[in-house]
Amino acid sequence: MSQQSSLAKKKRRNQNIAFGIFTFTSYAIVALLFVILAFIVIKGIGVISWEFITEMPKNGMTEGGIFPAIVGTLCLVLVSMVFAFPVGVLAAIYMNEYVKDGWIKKIIKQMTNNLAGVPSIVFGLFGMSLFVNKMGFGDSILAGGLTLGLLVLPIVIRTTEESLKAVDDTFRQASYGLGASKWETTSKIVFPIAFPNIITGLILSVGRVSGETAPILFTVAAYFLPKLPTSIFDQAMALPYHLYVISTSGTNIEASRAMAYGTALVLIIIVLISNLLANALRKYYGNKVKTN
Amino acid sequence: MHKIESKNVNFNYGEFQALHDISMSMKENTVTALIGPSGCGKSTYLRLLNRMNDLIDNTHMTGSILIDGVDIYERQTNVDDLRKNVGMVFQKPNPFPKTIYENVAYGLRVNGITDKNEIEERVVTSIEQVALWDEVKDKLKKSAFELSGGQQQRLCIARALAIQPSVLLMDEPTSALDPISTAKVEELIYELKNKYTIVIVTHNMQQAGRVSDNTAFFYMGKLIEYDKTKTIFTKPTIKQTEDYITGRFG
Repeated sequence: MSQQSSLAKKKRRNQNIAFGIFTFTSYAIVALLFVILAFIVIKGIGVISWEFITEMPKNGMTEGGIFPAIVGTLCLVLVSMVFAFPVGVLAAIYMNEYVKDGWIKKIIKQMTNNLAGVPSIVFGLFGMSLFVNKMGFGDSILAGGLTLGLLVLPIVIRTTEESLKAVDDTFRQASYGLGASKWETTSKIVFPIAFPNIITGLILSVGRVSGETAPILFTVAAYFLPKLPTSIFDQAMALPYHLYVISTSGTNIEASRAMAYGTALVLIIIVLISNLLANALRKYYGNKVKTN
Repeated sequence: MHKIESKNVNFNYGEFQALHDISMSMKENTVTALIGPSGCGKSTYLRLLNRMNDLIDNTHMTGSILIDGVDIYERQTNVDDLRKNVGMVFQKPNPFPKTIYENVAYGLRVNGITDKNEIEERVVTSIEQVALWDEVKDKLKKSAFELSGGQQQRLCIARALAIQPSVLLMDEPTSALDPISTAKVEELIYELKNKYTIVIVTHNMQQAGRVSDNTAFFYMGKLIEYDKTKTIFTKPTIKQTEDYITGRFG
């Protein structure tokens, strides 16, 4: 009896230690995130004003606003998504629904994974030589957006593939069993079920695209351009690059320090809003799919 | 003429041979039960009848299966048309995440029926056919997920019937259902026999006894014995069959 209770004690102790570690790490991550956010909010909230988000930068970027950088980033997000979302989703559908298991599938998979591991500055160089020079888009939103699109392509493909995989096979079988073709099954049954989760891929990509600096360095980003782009062939400012510029190579780094935190805060807010929006979309479609 | 006729069917999953030289035939408007322990090949055989195994990579089949005298594994056979003629009901109720109405209408639409009145008529008829109409008539626009498991399975049967197949394959259709729902589905199978040729895989001996005309006992990928259900259950000729039916193994 006493032996058993000492075993029970030992078990309980081990369990407590394990749970303690899990709990600690989870909370530590949340706390860390909170500290970073709080730091940026506290440092940046002071400069946030209507003028800051709607006006051009002035006086060597130590005053005025960041409006063109916000617009530039939004344009880049839009262009990259218009490119990466359909291409990535279609590629994932092909890989998950059409290709049979075998070496072709393995190669495509491996290549997609490799693509995800390529450093973003390399994407920048590639984008410069292909889109800017070879295809003649010049430094432009189009060139930068496409470069960013390439960068997030693996994310879109992977999350879409996971979402498709998560669709229970019995739905496919039921559809085929009724005489539906592969395309009908994919487009009318599998895709609608997977769609809410595919949106998650979109969220992640938007966050990534709005925050990347290296790929836009040589493809689109302007150091200082106090006007809005009028077409996708224009250069543009972008929030992450603007942040980099005013923190490292502005005319007066000390004077623009507050602006830098403000910029960072705006960037985070944009990502946050896109996440919330995507979550709402996901919920909406998740409910809709059950009753359409 | 036999409705379904298979000759010397062998089937492989990669290296593993799941079926050995299966030859059996089924008459029109009969219910045939496939029984045997797990992994004996009965579901694999069932899925050959509507070419569902085509969906699995690395499989290989030899021999021939004829439905209405036509070899369904011939090159010129259209698989979609075959599956329209050979309906299937699965082990777990698997209605689509759509409305009750759309679950049944989907099969009609993918088979090229666009006339709204015709779709509606056939949806109603099929739901009535599975005795589900009174339970769902007021919530056709609600999600099929709101139905109970038994209701969902009957909806899946309605879905299969809507496209007017002549053969109905059922892969352990009641294994996920409670006794009352099971009884309802069995009753339904009994009624459907007049119009359809039914092949049902089941683990439930009593069920095989209740619903089927003929029973085939599979073991280790081989067809051990195939005869009238009454004969199989009262005086099987092969000892393995008797052992399995009396619960001595399996």
